[in-house]
Amino acid sequence: MSFEYAPAPESRSVVTIESSYGLFIDGDFVDPASGAYFKTINPATEEVLAEISEANDVDVDRAVTAARRAYERTWSKLSGRERAKYLFRIARLIQERSRELAVLETLDNGKPIREARDVDLPLVAAHFFYYAGWADKLDHAGLGPNPRALGVAAQVIPWNFPLLMLSWKIAPALAAGNTVVLKPAETTSLTALWFADICRQADLPAGVVNIVTGGGETGRALVEHGDVNKIAFTGSTQVGRAIAAAAAGTSKKLTLELGGKAANIIFDDAPIDQAIEGIVSGIFFNQGHVCCAGSRLLVQENVHDEVLAALKQRLTTLRLGDPMDKNTDIGAINSSEQLGRITELANAGDSEGAIRWSPACDLPDRGFWYPPTVFTGVTQAHRIAREEIFGPVLSVLTFRTPAEAVEKANNTPYGLSAGIWTEKGSRILQMAQQLRAGVVWANTFNRFDPTSPFGGYKESGYGREGGRPGLLAYLTTGAER
Amino acid sequence: MQVTPSLAPPDSAALLGVGSSQTDLRRFLHSLPGVDQVGAEARVAALGTRSIKTTAKAYAIDLAIRMVDLTTLEGSDTPGKVAALCAKARRPDPTDNSAPSVAAVCVYNDLVGIARQHLAGSEVRVAAVATAFPSGRASRSVRLLDTSEAVAAGADEIDMVIDRGAFLSGAYSKVFDDVVAVKAACGTAHLKVILETGELQTYDNVRRASWLAMLAGADFIKTSTGKIAPAATLPVTLVMLEAVRDFRAATGRIIGVKPAGGIRTTKDAIKYLVLVNETVGDDWLTPALFRFGASSLLNDLLLQRQKLSTGHYSGPDYVTLD
Repeated sequence: MSFEYAPAPESRSVVTIESSYGLFIDGDFVDPASGAYFKTINPATEEVLAEISEANDVDVDRAVTAARRAYERTWSKLSGRERAKYLFRIARLIQERSRELAVLETLDNGKPIREARDVDLPLVAAHFFYYAGWADKLDHAGLGPNPRALGVAAQVIPWNFPLLMLSWKIAPALAAGNTVVLKPAETTSLTALWFADICRQADLPAGVVNIVTGGGETGRALVEHGDVNKIAFTGSTQVGRAIAAAAAGTSKKLTLELGGKAANIIFDDAPIDQAIEGIVSGIFFNQGHVCCAGSRLLVQENVHDEVLAALKQRLTTLRLGDPMDKNTDIGAINSSEQLGRITELANAGDSEGAIRWSPACDLPDRGFWYPPTVFTGVTQAHRIAREEIFGPVLSVLTFRTPAEAVEKANNTPYGLSAGIWTEKGSRILQMAQQLRAGVVWANTFNRFDPTSPFGGYKESGYGREGGRPGLLAYLTTGAER
Repeated sequence: MQVTPSLAPPDSAALLGVGSSQTDLRRFLHSLPGVDQVGAEARVAALGTRSIKTTAKAYAIDLAIRMVDLTTLEGSDTPGKVAALCAKARRPDPTDNSAPSVAAVCVYNDLVGIARQHLAGSEVRVAAVATAFPSGRASRSVRLLDTSEAVAAGADEIDMVIDRGAFLSGAYSKVFDDVVAVKAACGTAHLKVILETGELQTYDNVRRASWLAMLAGADFIKTSTGKIAPAATLPVTLVMLEAVRDFRAATGRIIGVKPAGGIRTTKDAIKYLVLVNETVGDDWLTPALFRFGASSLLNDLLLQRQKLSTGHYSGPDYVTLD
């Protein structure tokens, strides 16, 4: 007999989801002027969770107007110490309601409850705590005395870490004294709407945070709105380009956090067992829906077979299935559209001659699923080595020398992150200097902390989020205005 | 009784082409991949969140009971205490026949005969700590005599300690030769080699000591004596499990693992079983290859077992003291 884990489902009774949701504008939930709604579903079951408002130009204008009014009349008049009080209050409320938020995130996004509970929510609270601490210390942010807020920030976030991306955007913006209009991704609006409720619970002045839901058109209306001072976008490089083009020639400040195709580089003197864990968390964490995912594994040729054998063995222990089960490691793909994109690129891997391997695993009948997949025999010319798959698909390449590793790692239009695995400290430092990536992890991968800036080189975007640099993206010296 | 051990390296060392000289051993042990402390501890923490409920919990509790080496290693041990321990080992829960026996009773050398007598006719094995336990600070001849006396008194298993002073000073061949000699003195008795990981300090040392013991002929590698803090920990056990997994891949020999000391609750024990399950798999989920060196753990396992079968928690007065 073997040790089979019995189902251990997290209870969903901690959340009550209404049948439909309005837009959060000027401190209240309001019906959309558009009158249009769309459905949000649980990607693990395809069950409809709620109807979400689709904001149009008129709605977006109302939201921006409310944010402008709140900025002029209230938020910019408060001292940093007063703003900090609100942010600390929000952080504590997030902690208090973290179980509810984790369950909701898992239902709407498809990520395993273990990750929502142990990674997303603690980081969300940590971001608010961290930036709350900055609010009354802006004189020390590096811009000289009395740096000023920009005004109204338009923020558009992706579906892979819905609430975490919200915290990366809203916490520094409010700490610096801006007001915001945020648009969550079309498929994952629910936690942002719960966050709106937390703002009310914290007595945040009306209009400081506004949430407009909708798809690409809503996002376009928001970033193109004339009364917006700052745009912060996280998402695809394609959309990022369009936003950059739209913002060109305006006075809007812009930060973009876009795609990635990170190299995770394993040297022959790496701590192999931990490197295997790093490969797994690099590409299979959050179903590979991570812009900084370690999607290209570069293994030194002389340990390739050993590493691959150990990796495959490890992947047989991954547990794919019901995201609400506390023992699930791999949840559902967020949408059928994304599943189609992953399938199309993985099939290109097959047709270009790479060798596919997946552990034996049963995919549930309903919902959107893709098995953990490893491609070996990949070359730099293959599409699966060049394009961002944004799914649980790993491309394995080899190298012989550190110089070849650097060359291959940098040979991509992206430059968001990279990983180095070696027990040799000097090699870590030497490699890190040469890798053109915003984040370089050494002997770990996909670790995040609010104090650590995050952002990309090249087509992975510009600007930094997190840490002091993340604060500067929402501040200006008086002289610039 | 005089034992003349053969100092020739046993099969597995030869199979891997590792000589028993200081140079050979050092070269081999220092060529093993390092252990990243942060990564190893993060892996263990992640596995610690596994939620083991209902049928899985019932399975795990019974398996854990069958894996217990019920241990008493006090200066104040008496024949009466050992007799009581043996009775408990055979039938841990007098109110419930379905509760399985433990794997072994573990005592000092001089009480092996008493344990043997009280366990006659049962499957429960007698384990003896030997080789100048717990410090190992005695001459090789004293340590071998300690071993052979325990075997002669009827011990099925010998838990030896390595000379940590020698290991930490880099005298690997001394440790190797000790284990080879003790293994020879064991005859048919199984040899568990205690690394005393609390004194080895680093995970790299734990990995090297594990390989050294296995190369020299250990049947089991064991974390601790229970006399040094920290005793068994999950990350140390992870590193040892990785070592037996890799050793099997290299030699075909399958070695057991025994965390000992500091494992007191069912929750702890289940975390260890999850670690075994997800590191080395089913093959090691048997008392033949995984043991818990523990004393108070058994009572908590029994209480949790009663709770699962009756639906209520009875309390410490409903399990026997020892």
